[in-house]
Amino acid sequence: MSILETRKLAKSFGDTHAVDNVDFAVSAGEVLALIGSNGAGKTTLVNLISGLIPADSGTVLFEGADITAASIHRKIALGIARSFQLVNLFDQLSTLDNVALAIFSRDGKTRKLFRLSEGDSAVREEAMGVLRQFGLEGKARVAAGGLSQGERKLLDVAVAYALRPKLLFLDEPTSGVSTREKAPIMDIITSVVRSGRITAVIIEHDMDVVFTYCPRIVAMHQGAILADGTPEEIRNNEQVTANMLGSQAHS
Amino acid sequence: MDIFLIHVLNSLLYASVLFLIAGGLSLIYGVMRIVNLAHGNLYAFGAYTTAWAVGRAIGDAPSARPLVYALLPVGALAAAGLGAVLEPLLLRPLYRRAEEYQLLITFGLLLILEDLMRLIWGPYPLSVSALYEGLGSLTVGESVYPTYNLLVIVVGGVAAAGLWAFVYRTQFGVVLRATSQNMRMASALGVNVNRVYVQAFTLGCFMAGLGGAIVVPQQGAVLGMGVDALILAFVVVVIGGLGSLEGALIGALMVGIVREFGITFFPEVELAVLYLMAAVVLLIRPAGLLGRA
Amino acid sequence: MSIGGAPSRRAASAAVLGVVLLAVAPLVLPADQTILLSYGLVFAIAALGFNLLLGYTGLLSFGHSAYFGVGAYAVAFIVKYLKIESMELFVVGGVLASAVVAALFGFLCVRYTRIFFGILTMALSQVLWSLAFKFFWVTGGSDGLRVPTPRLLSGLVTLASGPAEDKMTFLAHRYYYYVLAVFALAVALMWVIVHSPFGKALQAIRDNETRAEFVGVQVRHYRWVAFVISGVYTGLAGALWVPLNGLTTPDIMHWTFSGKIVFFTVLGGFQTFFGPVVGAVIYNYLETYAVGHTVYWQMVLGVVLVVLVLALPAGIVGTANRMVLRWRRAAA
Repeated sequence: MSILETRKLAKSFGDTHAVDNVDFAVSAGEVLALIGSNGAGKTTLVNLISGLIPADSGTVLFEGADITAASIHRKIALGIARSFQLVNLFDQLSTLDNVALAIFSRDGKTRKLFRLSEGDSAVREEAMGVLRQFGLEGKARVAAGGLSQGERKLLDVAVAYALRPKLLFLDEPTSGVSTREKAPIMDIITSVVRSGRITAVIIEHDMDVVFTYCPRIVAMHQGAILADGTPEEIRNNEQVTANMLGSQAHS
Repeated sequence: MDIFLIHVLNSLLYASVLFLIAGGLSLIYGVMRIVNLAHGNLYAFGAYTTAWAVGRAIGDAPSARPLVYALLPVGALAAAGLGAVLEPLLLRPLYRRAEEYQLLITFGLLLILEDLMRLIWGPYPLSVSALYEGLGSLTVGESVYPTYNLLVIVVGGVAAAGLWAFVYRTQFGVVLRATSQNMRMASALGVNVNRVYVQAFTLGCFMAGLGGAIVVPQQGAVLGMGVDALILAFVVVVIGGLGSLEGALIGALMVGIVREFGITFFPEVELAVLYLMAAVVLLIRPAGLLGRA
Repeated sequence: MSIGGAPSRRAASAAVLGVVLLAVAPLVLPADQTILLSYGLVFAIAALGFNLLLGYTGLLSFGHSAYFGVGAYAVAFIVKYLKIESMELFVVGGVLASAVVAALFGFLCVRYTRIFFGILTMALSQVLWSLAFKFFWVTGGSDGLRVPTPRLLSGLVTLASGPAEDKMTFLAHRYYYYVLAVFALAVALMWVIVHSPFGKALQAIRDNETRAEFVGVQVRHYRWVAFVISGVYTGLAGALWVPLNGLTTPDIMHWTFSGKIVFFTVLGGFQTFFGPVVGAVIYNYLETYAVGHTVYWQMVLGVVLVVLVLALPAGIVGTANRMVLRWRRAAA
């Protein structure tokens, strides 16, 4: 049973078919990588599904229901969340507050004007718990703008994770981070995703990361899906190697 | 029929001046992503400078009157000069900071310029109606129409055409458009972005100053004209889209027509009709008819 | 104590001290000084409301004079048409009227971001200002409308002075305490609001609108709510102001008054909770004492604003906080 399915999803910018009639399906609980060279359409696909931009045509089904035209708010309520390639955080709020806000929002508590947020210990504890899972509990009181790049990437994912989504899109969670830090970040992400039984779609350029952590790989090229399979199958796929891997094997 | 033609001419008159102000605002935004809240004051500064310069010239040599018309652009040059000084001084330090600071500093500038004009030229309006009357009037059917108004319309049209040519047909225009579309890329390609910015800003101020300069014989220079102009320019830009010169032209025409016919038939609600138009456009097409978000 | 940080005990004790000092003021200061301080407190309430939008939600409005004016004129209309003198009804009237106008204007304005938002707010307040002139048979035009001394708490509470007390004494004592009480409540309520989950959501919107949307916060709706609360606070200030001033005229709806609100908020420091309060009170003194010295008052404001933005963006309270922090770190 697919948790997410797209049918002939398309988006063009002028003459460029950024996403070209894509049929794509993800099963519940899968962890898959979405790869492709720059401009292949990976981020646009995620933007279409998550609701950042509207599609030109096609449908997106989530747990069987048509969410193509649903608002971002609705999609989040249904259980879709995402992180961002260029870190998107609430820089002036503390690390703890960044996560706590997601929890308040999830629980519908952001409507509350006349209660102190500090007073809600359940939310604070849950937020601390999330920070602990991501190894950020030591920076709870630090403003998000003051964290290191690696910590910011983790926090970006933590905020999306705190929404307890069913489907999580991670847009290049290790980009801009030193090679040394990539494995620890991916370890945290995959363990959190597995223990939460979250379906994860990870956009990645680093093929070492992709081959190590993702049992299924979907390769895109010029807006269309080129190949879809296990790391072995992808490694042996000539089209994929010709178009992408050659230049990316050691990125 | 002639009355109708006169209304059309008045609409064009108004539209010409609005195009100059709003076009300048839009150009600056298009290239630099800055809205100068003091932009209206540059229009006012142009009006005052021209009124003063022309007033002095007429006073000194009444017989040289025809030549005095050539002095009209003085206001535009003064506004441009002011702009060339203000951009590096007040705006450049803030490009990396949050947008609120830009608005706050240009608001501070608005306050300073309002009082500066009062300081220099006093609290009473300046007028150069001699220039307005000096060109006489044309007969339009059974009515008469001031020839000066036609001059304004012509200047507006020439400015629109000239600006279009400048932006789309010159080397500088290419650089301007490149910088407005992608500042980082342009910089990486060797464009001196700081210089482009100050040039674009100066050009925008020149346009606003020109608007003030050509309209001053018709309506005089009065304190407070700057903010009124800013708000109208904003309505134009909302309708046409911020960042688009064609949009500024269309917006100016629409506002000119609505205001002219509005004043004739519903004088009380003229301002409200304009805001209503802007509100409707905002609700339907927030980026304006031709704007980029 | 800055926005985003945990409410600290130090800030709370400073606030309590402040209230105590304000409470003893009428006993120590001459009547005209106390009245001056009342004006400062009234502007502080307006600043507090204004800063909910600027400091906490990231929206810079240049049209807040509209709500101040609506609050003031609502009181004037209640006096003129309903012949009522009760201060409580004045407050209710001012709050309701400004809530309605803020709800309407807010609906139009929050569809926009920053630049358009600012100019749209300015334009709308100018429309109200021009209406106040045009409909002079209702609003008194440029002469404005007079408002007599109101009855506080329906005359239930009487302090020292008797029925023969003159207006000055009334304003410097009973009315001052009334304003102080409302001010204290307003501050406490705003404190709770900005530290609530709603307040956090507003700050999130300020910091990153896209991400706020993606954690499920409906940005436009929250901005609208903040706008209405902000307008109500400013309207409340207008309603409290008018008995002090005795008169309301269209100039309080002119953009220059909006500019003053912006100015004193930035002067005090819009990134802190108490900054705007301090800025409003200080500005009130500056204006009273300096306005006699020059006609070019706007230019002075403009220059100071430019200097603040270029050199002291944290304002008075923000800069003071930074200095205290640095001194503490050096001493540690």
